[in-house]
Amino acid sequence: MVDQNYSTNQTEKDLFYKEKKKEEMKHQVVTFAMMIIFTLIAFGIVMADVSKMFTIPIIIVLAIVQVGFQFFYFMHMSNEGHTWPVTMIFSGIFAAFLTVLALTTIVWWG
Amino acid sequence: MSATATKKAGFGSVLWDYLTTVDHKKIAILYLIGGFFFFILGGLEAMLVRIQLIQPDNNFVSAQFYNELITMHGTTMIFLAAMPLLLALMNIAMPLQIGARDVAFPFVNALGFWLFLIGGIVLNISWFTGGAPDAGWTAYTPLSIFSEGHGLDYYSIGLQIAGFGTLMGGINFLVTVITMRAPGMTMMRMPLFSWTTFIASVLILFAFPALTVGLFLLTFDRLFGANFFDPSMGGNVVIWEHLFWIFGHPEVYILILPAFGVFSEVIPTFSKKRLFGYSSMVFATVLIAFLGFMVWAHHMFTVGLGPIANSIFAIATMAIAVPTGIKIFNWLFTMWGGTLRFTSPMLFALGFIPSFTIGGMTGVMLGAAAADFQYHDTYFVIAHFHYVIVGGTVFGIFAGLIYWWPKMFGKVLNEKMNHWFFWLFFIGFHLTFFLQHFLGLMGMPRRYWVFLEGQGLDLFNFISTIGAFFMAAGTILFMYNIVWTAMKEPKASGDPWDGRTLEWAVSSPPPHYNFKQLPLVRGLDPLWIEKTEGNGKMQPAEPLGDIHMPNNTIIPLIMSIGLGIAGMGIIYQVDNPMWWIVAVIGFIIFFGSMAVRSLKDDLGHHIHKEDLEKEGDGSNG
Ligand code: HEM
Ligand SMILES: [Cu+2]
Repeated sequence: MVDQNYSTNQTEKDLFYKEKKKEEMKHQVVTFAMMIIFTLIAFGIVMADVSKMFTIPIIIVLAIVQVGFQFFYFMHMSNEGHTWPVTMIFSGIFAAFLTVLALTTIVWWG
Repeated sequence: MSATATKKAGFGSVLWDYLTTVDHKKIAILYLIGGFFFFILGGLEAMLVRIQLIQPDNNFVSAQFYNELITMHGTTMIFLAAMPLLLALMNIAMPLQIGARDVAFPFVNALGFWLFLIGGIVLNISWFTGGAPDAGWTAYTPLSIFSEGHGLDYYSIGLQIAGFGTLMGGINFLVTVITMRAPGMTMMRMPLFSWTTFIASVLILFAFPALTVGLFLLTFDRLFGANFFDPSMGGNVVIWEHLFWIFGHPEVYILILPAFGVFSEVIPTFSKKRLFGYSSMVFATVLIAFLGFMVWAHHMFTVGLGPIANSIFAIATMAIAVPTGIKIFNWLFTMWGGTLRFTSPMLFALGFIPSFTIGGMTGVMLGAAAADFQYHDTYFVIAHFHYVIVGGTVFGIFAGLIYWWPKMFGKVLNEKMNHWFFWLFFIGFHLTFFLQHFLGLMGMPRRYWVFLEGQGLDLFNFISTIGAFFMAAGTILFMYNIVWTAMKEPKASGDPWDGRTLEWAVSSPPPHYNFKQLPLVRGLDPLWIEKTEGNGKMQPAEPLGDIHMPNNTIIPLIMSIGLGIAGMGIIYQVDNPMWWIVAVIGFIIFFGSMAVRSLKDDLGHHIHKEDLEKEGDGSNG
């Protein structure tokens, strides 16, 4: 009886995971496509030779979004059990950002 | 009683065992030996400095040698004594406290130790090859760029190697705390020492890269013709100061937070009360760590950053005093109404509170940017940081060493001698450093070889040197105690202090797999809960089964030696390109052993259930 219980549970579980994997696969394909598009856009504006003040921020924003995609869809950071790495990465980025901002401000503008 | 601990082995096999060990308890002992050796070395350097300053216009050491002494004293004490001794405590206590069988990456743990040791040795070789580094432990450019000889090359290469080791230790502890806690050991049930280990590791992870970068730039400027710090070539000397202090201020918190953790273990144990305000302690630790990154420029108030930058950093600096104050009050409230036992670790904790508070107060004084123009680079700063580093970190290290000594060596250090040691060290410490506040206010600059007669500085300097001899006497007594205890004291039980946390639930020293069955943690102070609500023994969280353990390996030592050889080659290739051969040989050893490690499967071994059953119930009895 115990065994039977276990096996029905197991198939349910398998089904659940199969469903979830499918979902994940879809996301990965979509984000992969979007990343290619982003890259093309980035190359596009550089080649189009528009003003630097426009090109640089756009490229930076695109890059940040792409890093986010990497983390969440390819490195599975949104999955369960990743709270600590996520917290660490974000607090690290936050501390580094503040530090670099403060440093550049006081050294080159201060 | 574990069978492995009682087996008598020859000297050679014990040595080999330690050279190849990946066991966190043995690595703790290695860190202790290495760190204590450098503590003595740094102490000797300090004694020579103090003897030079015992009277005006003294000529005990030459000016050049004096500069080398102060530089090596600071560098040695921070990087090669305090940090490794803290890592020794972390290694012995943290895995046991969270109920783990080892750290997450035992191999990396061993590698971290050997890199530290080789880095320290490389740095100290400079004494015998024409002069040690002489530009202060902060190695400010441009002085450090123009310093002659190879002293500062040893500084940058030696610290680089030791720094890699520390970085690895930090990452290892982070992963250990996140992934290896016993069932039921949630983050908010973790003993405070494990918490501070965790947060100090975060600081190591985020702060050391700044030092790594700074040292690389310095190395390239000195050895490979780069000009990062040479204004005439478009460089910027102040960048070094920024990089150094972006690392350096978090570093002082890397030094103090684990000491806070030790006191947060010692005070509840010897007050027979749980820690007051546990969650506010955790919060204060995290807050200190965060703020610690935002204050580095308080070391640079006089550089000329401008009034706005100075004000912002002054306010951020003073903000740190708030969480620190929270901690001080929590310790006091923990003792309030408790049943106090004045053991020697507790004495260090009691001595720590007023001493560190004085250091914090002078810190806030220094943090007032306008006033700092007066204090900066005087003996006032020397007094400040010795109050926080000796009165905080070193007291914490000694409290922790005495407290966990039975877990490392199976014996409690002689208490009577430790009381003497405490009083000698405590009195000596205040004698040495208290009057230095006034020397600073009277205008005595730091890092000067001599001071002049008739300026009212003679008496205080004399007293200061006498105090240093008290501290030296205390330390010698402590070393004598170690030998005496090893020979005369009886074996300790697993729980000699009536402890509250998991490390006291196993024998002293623990079997090398720590826990026969991982313990089930039911709350904060898990052992205390079992003592008051259960049968005094931890309940197992898993059935008895085979235990998987990593194999010993010599590769970490060989890798580190390889890197040391490569470093020596890099230092001397400027004189003679033939040294490149040495460097290449070193790198081949380094990367070769890395490749061996990567390509050869080493799956560890199992301790079988049947053998475990023979070894008693694995509790502290
Ligand atoms: C309330 C907390 C603290 C404050 C507000 C504070 C503030 C300061 C300031 C403003 C300076 C620079 C003084 C100058 O050079 O003119 C300084 C120096 C220093 N502090 Fe602190 N500090 C605090 C705690 C600590 C702690 C906990 C440690 C170490 C465990 C520490 C270690 C040092 C060291 C080593 C230096 C001198 C570095 C050098 O120039 O060689 N401080 N502190
Ligand atoms: Cu600081």
